[in-house]
Amino acid sequence: MSRHRSEGSDGSDRSDGETTDPLRPADHVDGLPAASAGAFDGDGVTSPRLGLVEWLRWGWRQLTSMRTALVLLLLLAIAAVPGSIFPQRSADPNGVTQFRTDNPDLFPILDGISLFDVYTSPWFSAIYLLLFVSLIGCVIPRTKHHWKALRAQPPRTPARLGRLDDHRERVLTLPEGADTAAAAEEAIALAETQLRGARYRVQRYDARGSLSVSAERGYLRETGNLLFHIALVGVLIAVGVGGALTYTGQRAIVEGQSFANALTDYSSFNPGRFVNADNLAPYAISLDRFDLTYQPAGTVAAGQAGDFVAHVTTQLPGQEPQTGEVRVNHPLDIAGDRVYLMGNGYAPTITVRDAAGEVIFHDNVPFLPQDTNMTSLGVVKIADGLPEQLGLVGFFYPTAQPLTTEAFTSVYPDLIFPVLSLDVYSGDLGIDDGTPRSVYTLDTGDMTKLTGRETDLESIQLLPGQTTDLPNGLGTITFENAADPTANEVTDGTLESLSPDGDFGGSVKRFVSLSIHHDVGAPWVLLFAVLALSGLLLALFVPRRRMWVRVTPEAGALRIEYAALARGEDPQLAVAVDQLSARHGSAAAAALGAEDAESGPATEPAPTAEPGQTASDDPPSRPTSKVD
Amino acid sequence: MTEQLSLDDVSLLLVWTAIAIYAIAFVAYAIDLARRSAQAADAQDAVVRERELVGARGETIAQVRASEDAAAASLSARGRDRARPLWARIGTSLTWLGFLFHLGATVTRGIAAERVPWSNMYEFAMTGTLLIVAVYLGVLFRYDLRFLGAFITGLVAVLMGGATLFHVDVSPLSDPLKSIWLVIHVFVASLATALFALAFALSVLQLLQARRERKAAAAEVGLRTGPGFLRLVPSADNLESLAYRFAIIGFIFWTFTLIAGSIWANDAWGRYWGFDTKEVWTFVIWVLYAGYIHARATRGWRGTRSAWLSIIGFTAVMFNFTIVNMFFKGLHVYSGLT
Ligand code: HEM
Repeated sequence: MSRHRSEGSDGSDRSDGETTDPLRPADHVDGLPAASAGAFDGDGVTSPRLGLVEWLRWGWRQLTSMRTALVLLLLLAIAAVPGSIFPQRSADPNGVTQFRTDNPDLFPILDGISLFDVYTSPWFSAIYLLLFVSLIGCVIPRTKHHWKALRAQPPRTPARLGRLDDHRERVLTLPEGADTAAAAEEAIALAETQLRGARYRVQRYDARGSLSVSAERGYLRETGNLLFHIALVGVLIAVGVGGALTYTGQRAIVEGQSFANALTDYSSFNPGRFVNADNLAPYAISLDRFDLTYQPAGTVAAGQAGDFVAHVTTQLPGQEPQTGEVRVNHPLDIAGDRVYLMGNGYAPTITVRDAAGEVIFHDNVPFLPQDTNMTSLGVVKIADGLPEQLGLVGFFYPTAQPLTTEAFTSVYPDLIFPVLSLDVYSGDLGIDDGTPRSVYTLDTGDMTKLTGRETDLESIQLLPGQTTDLPNGLGTITFENAADPTANEVTDGTLESLSPDGDFGGSVKRFVSLSIHHDVGAPWVLLFAVLALSGLLLALFVPRRRMWVRVTPEAGALRIEYAALARGEDPQLAVAVDQLSARHGSAAAAALGAEDAESGPATEPAPTAEPGQTASDDPPSRPTSKVD
Repeated sequence: MTEQLSLDDVSLLLVWTAIAIYAIAFVAYAIDLARRSAQAADAQDAVVRERELVGARGETIAQVRASEDAAAASLSARGRDRARPLWARIGTSLTWLGFLFHLGATVTRGIAAERVPWSNMYEFAMTGTLLIVAVYLGVLFRYDLRFLGAFITGLVAVLMGGATLFHVDVSPLSDPLKSIWLVIHVFVASLATALFALAFALSVLQLLQARRERKAAAAEVGLRTGPGFLRLVPSADNLESLAYRFAIIGFIFWTFTLIAGSIWANDAWGRYWGFDTKEVWTFVIWVLYAGYIHARATRGWRGTRSAWLSIIGFTAVMFNFTIVNMFFKGLHVYSGLT
């Protein structure tokens, strides 16, 4: 390994290097020792008297220090955890309601400290905002500095290369009568060419009877680091701005129905702050057919549904209708929106006639699935046409099986023995005063139960194609057979009248829940995330290092020194010096017809050698060995 | 059921065989540690007697440094230069053998299921541990990390044994899992986990070694400085930079996991990020390791403190995989357990 910490060991390098060194917060391990770091003390202790400006400056320096960044990162990690323990309103609103019911005393206290909205809570926001302020405060000066460094020359060659850890030396004995000055020039020029060829930026520094070349590479490391941190800011901004411009809306459509992309056609709609909901892209989607498969009974995952495909026809204004598919993992793209398949279920077609035989209700009513076998719950509300408002609530069982009590359960999700079981309520539906009510719940507070448990009449039970009487002579109700609308059989609507016969495939329509998303931020988030990742790769894997080659003419010979210094983690540094020394040494020897005698700390030129280990001047109390 | 062995039964059989082999490899590695640390102690004792410095049990800092330097040299030794301790070689051979069975188990499970074998908790554990062993064996070509052999084989044997408790029969994927991102995202996450595991082991050793160095430097005669096998382990500094190297590669994979997961979530659920429990933990782990990387660059945090962050990070990874999968509610229900 390169000894990160040993960089300061050669003091002479520091002053020369400052222009090209990456700028780091004062408490970075590469930073100057606390004593020389000016007003900032590594331990956060300040000099006693400070004016306002100094205080501000001090505060800013604290905020943009490595330690603050680190502490804020750790705080962020800790602060994120409660959101996985307590249900969050954003991800699991039902969980929050449940929690409130289960812990009525605890709830207000926890809610008071935003434990159900952790990620929008003041404390969580404070942490990440501070972190990003710190980040920006840290990155701006570094970017400026790096911008200059990118155009600066490599630093002056240190006077004593031998003091660097990664140092090799060889002596080329020149042929009799050779011009040492010219040979030195040739050797250093060769080094310059080789280093430049290895993508180093090079600069000659000749002095005091020796020629040297100073080379630096790996500026991309700092570029990568800055790119990474700046891209994180980009991610944050894209998430924030994107969220304000995003809308999502939900809508259930039954086979054969269609939906227009307008606010009024959504069952729920969540716009971001800057969304103009009156201005949605005008298009329509109709559901032609919904397909899915079930694992057959008797297999491991019997009844597991899959391969959901909603076959739709889309219509943009002024264009031909187009067919398309919405599948899980494969949303449909339309007019900049994405349409997702979020759920599906059965929508029994129900017709209600009054006592005179007049149709007063006819609709496909989506029933919400309650379990994996599609036991589904639904509500029918009949506001007009009868002396009193009527509400029907009950279950649909695609494959009904009687339980010991009069109830059913569904044992398979496909339509094998589909039964609709409803209870009838009459009274006030509570919708006349304009209070919005969910179509999936019936408020029976002001209603009288007419059938089912605790009444004299049994619940209504129907197979597709069956019709029965409503209680109190109100009229009739029909569960239409979607596959065969003409089928009509009158029953007494009780358990006994149901007998599983025939093929019920297609007898009940299906609906799908679509979720329509307009998210302009997502591609930007992805872009910045990918930029961050590439920055990270550069920052962590491009080695930033300096190399020096110095040629000193001696009587009939050239002494050539090679030395290197890592800026940051650089496991391959020793290998790189070895390679340079070997390549340059042999090339120079060949070019000059010289004899190569290696000396100095490196005893063998093999690239895997561990030169530092045998260095005799390393005191034994320091770890001298290297991992590489 | 049928009299014939199903492919999944074969797979399970191979799993158990692999576990048994890893367990024996663990024993071999443990014997190796005991023997070699005793040898190292004898060598040290010889030096001690020669210099008549300290009692039989104590170590001076010079001795510690000497043993660390020797360990560092053998750590990077290649090929023929490597020491050839018998029991460590038995351990490594057995690990290779176990790995082959393990690989066979994973592949047969994949064939039985007709898809990649990492889509429920059992399979994920099987593939994840396979990758831990693969990374360890791969790294052995570069560094002689056989002093971690006992840890790796022990950990993998225990995790695989645990995984069999989650065994579920092959069943078809649910729709959201039918995605190319299952293949990529989960695989890269397991790879990151494997690297974090190595970094974790090295960080633990780093802490022990730092303690040994401190005690020896305090130079109290006759003081025991820690478990004997530390004589086979390079200096805390060396361990730290090695741990760091594994951790940053792991971090990059984890970053990728996070991005790939978001792309998948955006396709499957219509949002790229929703602070679902699993997302929260993936994020927490990412931030913890970012903290670790920062700590390495922060004065006063390099060394022991940053090592603790690496340990906490891996603890969070394990927590995420076990407790969060099984007990936390969320959209990521793929443990296959009911
Ligand atoms: C969102 C918060 C942050 C995250 C996730 C983060 C993450 C990282 C990561 C992963 C690295 C290692 C990659 C590299 O060397 O480029 C790194 C390095 C670095 N970060 Fe941050 N960082 C954050 C905030 C900050 C802040 C606020 C500062 C300024 C105080 C900062 C200063 C640095 C510096 C100087 C390095 C280079 C370390 C070295 O020399 O090895 N970072 N950061």
